Amino acid sequence: MQQGAADPGLYDYHPYNARRKIVWPGGKSVAVWVAPNLEYYEVDPPAHPKRKSWARPHPDVVGYSHRDHSNRVSHWRMAEVMSRHGFPGSVSLSVALCQHHPEVVADAAARGWEFFSHGIYNTRYSYEMTEDQERAIIEDSITTVRAATGQTIRGWLAPALTHTPRTLDLIAEYGLDYTCDLYHDDQVQEVKVAKGRLVSIPYSLEVNDHYGFFVYNMSGREYADTLIRQFERLAVEGERSGTVMCIPLHAYLIGQPHRIGPFEEALRHIAADGRAWIARAGEIVDAWRAQQ
Amino acid sequence: MSTLPDSYLEYPRRREGYDHDLYNWSNMHARPPVTWPQGSVAVWLCVSLEWFPIILGGPFTAPGHMVTPYPDYRHYTARDYGNRVGAWRFLEAFETAGVKASFATNAAIAERYPELVAAVIEGGHEIIAHSTDMNGTIDSTLGEEAEAALVAEAMERIERASGVRPTGWLSIARQQSFATPDILKGQGLTYCCDWVNDELPYRFANSLINLPLNHELSDRQIITVQQKSADSWAESIGDAFDWLAREAAEQGAGRMLPIHLTPYIMGLPYRIAALEGLLAHLAKRPEAWFARGDEVIAAWEAQT
Repeated sequence: MQQGAADPGLYDYHPYNARRKIVWPGGKSVAVWVAPNLEYYEVDPPAHPKRKSWARPHPDVVGYSHRDHSNRVSHWRMAEVMSRHGFPGSVSLSVALCQHHPEVVADAAARGWEFFSHGIYNTRYSYEMTEDQERAIIEDSITTVRAATGQTIRGWLAPALTHTPRTLDLIAEYGLDYTCDLYHDDQVQEVKVAKGRLVSIPYSLEVNDHYGFFVYNMSGREYADTLIRQFERLAVEGERSGTVMCIPLHAYLIGQPHRIGPFEEALRHIAADGRAWIARAGEIVDAWRAQQ
Repeated sequence: MSTLPDSYLEYPRRREGYDHDLYNWSNMHARPPVTWPQGSVAVWLCVSLEWFPIILGGPFTAPGHMVTPYPDYRHYTARDYGNRVGAWRFLEAFETAGVKASFATNAAIAERYPELVAAVIEGGHEIIAHSTDMNGTIDSTLGEEAEAALVAEAMERIERASGVRPTGWLSIARQQSFATPDILKGQGLTYCCDWVNDELPYRFANSLINLPLNHELSDRQIITVQQKSADSWAESIGDAFDWLAREAAEQGAGRMLPIHLTPYIMGLPYRIAALEGLLAHLAKRPEAWFARGDEVIAAWEAQT
């Protein structure tokens, strides 16, 4: 990015009505990917000058144990529903989860899910990192995921969405293919980086379960309806040029017993519709690249 | 621009298992199945009986506490409405549905409103200790000695006023310090309800049991925080029950549905019917086993 400039210079402007036609495999109009965040939050993380980890003095029992619900209960509930309807995950991974709860990572790997990095912990923030420090967390991510799963990560979602001006250039330099941190489009787009190449793949804050339940205060049924509306619109518009719909999830939210039933109905709807190419993030990036 | 010390990239507790020693990891779906005396879903009603002093105190301000400059008649009285009216509506609703509940009770409630606590006990419900009053909050700024004294005082006052020494404890806002499990164990308590990381009981390293009281399903979260209607709350609880009953059948393993209720929230005239309708619906379901917290604990302990 252009550090210090008013326009960070992340990408060129491309009007939505004048895009090259993208067609997804099988002639599908909308690529749908599900992004479960498999996270580890530390109970007593070190202080960061720019961001507080927990609202209450440590241990923040509700904050910590709510997120721990993912790793004891709701990961499997969410994953089973996804597998039942043919949705693989592309995992936004706190890579230290490979050490803390390897069983969760192994379950996701066994289901054929793709892993990308969401930092070391979701309680360690990148703001104010030096270049060497940021290189260290990228290298740690690559090494840790490779050792745990055999996969080489291709993407990045910044830990707790914390960035430095160097992040995108560095992940491109390390050969990563996509970032999930930019929210400017409903299609895959080229990102300007110093060396190599990088694309943004639409992730989504707007239909992220965290926003659905804690920003927009939806019920489980309202959130499921939101996903269907998002899908229906992107499926229609994708006939002109293929769109991307991401469903970003946290098991401790979507896997609660009052929400998972309506969510399953949304997945059933999308899978049965016929216009969705249900894919992993890397496959979507590859299919887009092949049409440039 | 300042920079981070390199120690920020050191992770001394990056290891298999948790980054603390309070309890061990386990996957609920891989544990030996639990069965209940009847049905497959234990429905645990837990009511908070709260008295808010009109003057703030304690390490943090409890949810629902005073807001306006002193004297905050608005919140003092609206909260006390729950104890004077709402809780009595709950008791009638439970009697009509033929179900028993747990009442997480401030010591001050037992002392100030003996008629209410007597009716709770007379109705066959359980008293869970819920600190001294709504200033009796706990977090790690309180200090271990003061915390131990607070817990001891709450237990002693509840027992003296109600004649019952509870076996369960609910912290205000479910907030603890790192010392709380040991302090509760030291008071002879069997279980606490603060950690929301599971859907079945589990043991801390010190053998205290955690009975998870899902905060996401509470009337406070759905109605007061998320500002949904009472009907939306009841619909969500119904959806939760349906899912848990299905999961119990598929896995051959008992499940638990905790329903955390607040008299000044769900006990209002325009909301109570949603609770009554939900209870009538669930009481007809063959999968439902309505149980007090101590009954869930006893059934679980007998199998583990």
